[in-house]
Amino acid sequence: MNLASLLVGAVQLALVVLGGPLLLGLMRVVRSRLEGRVGPPVSQPWRDIAKLARKQRTRPSESSWIFAVAPLVLVATAATVAVLAPLVTLAPPLASSTDFIAVIFVLLVGSVALALAALDTATAFGGMGASRALTIGALVEPALLVAVLALSMPLHSTNLIAIVANGSRHASTLLGPSHLLALCSFIVVILAESGRLPVDNPSTHLELTMIYEALILEYSGPDLAAVTLGESMRLAIWLGLFVNLVAPVGIAATAHPLALVVGLVALTLKVVVVGIVVAIFEVTTAKLRLFRLPELLAGGFILAVLGVVTGAVMR
Amino acid sequence: MSAFANSLASAAVVVTVGAVVVLWRHRLRSIVAALSVQGVALAATAALLGIHEHDRGLLAVAGLVLLVKAAVVPGLLARVVAANPGARESDPLVNVPASLVVAGLLTLGAFVAARPIVALVGGPTGRLVPLGLATVLIGFFAMVARRRAMSQVVGLLLVDNGIALVAFLVTSGVPVIVEFGSTLDVLFGVVVLRVLLARLSAAGFSDLDQLRSLHD
Repeated sequence: MNLASLLVGAVQLALVVLGGPLLLGLMRVVRSRLEGRVGPPVSQPWRDIAKLARKQRTRPSESSWIFAVAPLVLVATAATVAVLAPLVTLAPPLASSTDFIAVIFVLLVGSVALALAALDTATAFGGMGASRALTIGALVEPALLVAVLALSMPLHSTNLIAIVANGSRHASTLLGPSHLLALCSFIVVILAESGRLPVDNPSTHLELTMIYEALILEYSGPDLAAVTLGESMRLAIWLGLFVNLVAPVGIAATAHPLALVVGLVALTLKVVVVGIVVAIFEVTTAKLRLFRLPELLAGGFILAVLGVVTGAVMR
Repeated sequence: MSAFANSLASAAVVVTVGAVVVLWRHRLRSIVAALSVQGVALAATAALLGIHEHDRGLLAVAGLVLLVKAAVVPGLLARVVAANPGARESDPLVNVPASLVVAGLLTLGAFVAARPIVALVGGPTGRLVPLGLATVLIGFFAMVARRRAMSQVVGLLLVDNGIALVAFLVTSGVPVIVEFGSTLDVLFGVVVLRVLLARLSAAGFSDLDQLRSLHD
């Protein structure tokens, strides 16, 4: 690890921290426009975070240190992945040991921390939300792991940087059926993990239909600001990883400043496009009934399995 | 990986994914649409092989497959569905997540079982045989695990499409007359089944489990 790669990591972190809430704001704007509303400005999530950070902090009287620590864990795990993942460049810090499975599980630590915090509040909605979130998490995990297996097959390596670098060098890998099936499965996983429609409605105000919102119902003030920031960072990271697995166009191969600028612009454009597509998809789709969710996630799982089988067949 | 091998593999994968979608979706309309997409992918497989081998006969077979399996047969079934557009496979014998897991296991089983064939045929075509075999097995499973007469007919057609895919891949080109004969058989079968389905739904049955006795 040298100074240049540390600098690159800092650039990625700054992009994810600043860009995450803006991405969330953009998706809300697209959604409101399509629904015939004017909608809040793109910077609204940042304004909310700034406002919440100044407010008083209240915590449930029964809650323990878990409730206090969870937002920090969420932000810290997202920040770790933002530094290490191949988002802007293929030369982030610790590039040789950035394992795909490790990256995913670091992100999942954040989800588990939030679920534990929701249980810690000892409220009915918190427990319900935690139960639902962990159920979905348990169903997502097999699909995710098998999709990673399919993506790692051409290289015999689960090194995330190597997988993205291989895609950017050999475009034919990107069009291979195994890779495409794994990415289809990845889409289902991202929608479930970041709590978007049709898995969870992020703008619901009805507690009984909440999944992710029910987890954070008791948070207020600076804690809620941290949770909002952490969630938007995670959304940006998932979408950033996805676009770089689909089309690693423009990603900086080295830590050269010019290449970094190109990588920064390319990543921003790609994530904005995918974010708009997701927002449009969300307008046109309805939330699935909770008991129908296993069908969707099993569908993601079977696509990943087909990806692995195809990869094995094509060898 | 050559462009030919990649596109052939993609077409074969779409055939298998079509079979999985039949197990995945509840709405009969989506199931018939998946069958149609599968027909297109099957025709694309034949056309790709035909172009690669410079075989005019195989291109004619591709045209025939496109006409019958992507247009005529799904069209006939779609007309039955159109009589009852909201029809769903609401309560299959094996629920959807379980049947998808079974489909995954069947695919793995096909991969293992097809090893001797893959070793025998070899090359970019032979190694795709497991996908055709998986389609056949998933089709059989759809026939067993579904209640609706329409789903079972679609399962039968999945089996047929899987066999056709294996035939294309193994023999690198079926003679036109053989493919013509088998496609015509399928067409006649579907016409008869369509009449039967229409009579069944006119009589108020679509769930085969409700049929208890034979009447004149």
